[in-house]
Amino acid sequence: MPAWAVVALPLVLAALTYSAAAMDAVFRTGDGLVAPLRECARLIVQQRRRTYMPDLLLVRIGVISLPAAALLAAMVIPIDGRGVWDLSVGVVWFNAMEVVAWASLWLTGWGVNSVFPLVGGYRFLAQGLAYELPHMFALITAGLAAGSLDFGEVAAAQDGLWFVVWMPVAFAVYLLSALAMTFWGPLGHPVAGDLAGGVAAELSGPDRLLFFAGRFALLTVAAAAAVPLFLGGGAGPWLPGWAWSLIKTYAVLALLVWVRGRFPVIRMDRFMDVAWMVLIPATLLQALVVGIVVVS
Amino acid sequence: METVAFWVLAVAAVGFGVAVFVVDSMARATFALLASFLCVGVELLLLDLDYLGVLVILMMIMEMLIMAVFMIMYMMNPGGLMPMTMVHNNRGALAISIGVFTALAAGIFLTPWPPRRGTVPADPTFSVGQAIMGPKMLVMMVIGIAILATMIASVVLATDRGRYDRPSHREDGAK
Repeated sequence: MPAWAVVALPLVLAALTYSAAAMDAVFRTGDGLVAPLRECARLIVQQRRRTYMPDLLLVRIGVISLPAAALLAAMVIPIDGRGVWDLSVGVVWFNAMEVVAWASLWLTGWGVNSVFPLVGGYRFLAQGLAYELPHMFALITAGLAAGSLDFGEVAAAQDGLWFVVWMPVAFAVYLLSALAMTFWGPLGHPVAGDLAGGVAAELSGPDRLLFFAGRFALLTVAAAAAVPLFLGGGAGPWLPGWAWSLIKTYAVLALLVWVRGRFPVIRMDRFMDVAWMVLIPATLLQALVVGIVVVS
Repeated sequence: METVAFWVLAVAAVGFGVAVFVVDSMARATFALLASFLCVGVELLLLDLDYLGVLVILMMIMEMLIMAVFMIMYMMNPGGLMPMTMVHNNRGALAISIGVFTALAAGIFLTPWPPRRGTVPADPTFSVGQAIMGPKMLVMMVIGIAILATMIASVVLATDRGRYDRPSHREDGAK
């Protein structure tokens, strides 16, 4: 990968993240495409509100690690065949960086020394395994079919037949758990309205900006990863590979963003039941089917 | 370059390890320990053990976050923002830990390490697995699945429903 790609990656991620925020503004509130820009400007100049005796170090680490994890995850996702960081186990790295959000939310919720953020942080941890295990099995299924944990090779293995066609369960579970890992929409309990904003309740000014930009960035990266994992990567007629990657990423991202305005927040314990009793067995069966196909 | 990175990470790993016992908050202690583990994970990446390194990073983040819940739950003051200390029995602990450290470090220097034969394999993780497990690989993988199934089954058996989350189809359950 050329050196300019290292510089270009944060810019591309920022542009995609902005468009995710803009889509959210258009779909949900009906505000224009510049609404996120206005919000950015407002938050940058807003004065920080301080709580009583916060652990500022932990709050800062928590808030900054969210966009940082999104960028680190984006490093292994290929735009045109290869990612910026050509790691042979990119899928595992991507998952590791998604899990950083556990730390981000808990640190932020704990550090501000306020009840609702603390409850929000614990909500995410309590649900962590119910989110992560189906997600992990969905990722592994794609890796199993390709015989590789390298995003580039997983995309290349779908020459002819996209994984979404013959492992729809894994794809659906991936999208659902991606919503959960980015605490978005129906799975946004940690920042939900019933907690007065949860983890983010006490965040203000630049902290709030970084936190929510980080969440949009994570959502974007999750959408971008779905393309090489299940949607054939850059494969497509006429247009070059990078263009198809972008088009597919936008399609998945639009779906994920749209879900937020369409569905209410699901009750946590209901989702926990479904995750353990339906999603995990379903992904395991999907992995079994894929395993049999691969071996035979 | 790699040597510098190795030493910086090595010193950082030990430094964060020390920090675990110096800080006065359980939350900070937990994350100092996590930072120490992450340094070790990146060290493995430097050794070209990609899979092991990334796996250590993934598992340690998950594990330490779950640990954080328990570490704070079992504290004298679970509110946690009051100062606390991670050490007690200072003299005895110091003697034991210095003794163990010296023994381990001496082991490193006294072991007659064999000289390197051959070159770096294409997939070092695979080779490490082969070297450690050898023909027992299949057995270990089956045992791994069995352990996972046991864990899930024991959680399912141990979980009794709480007061608010009875099955929704039951008459007296929460709707």
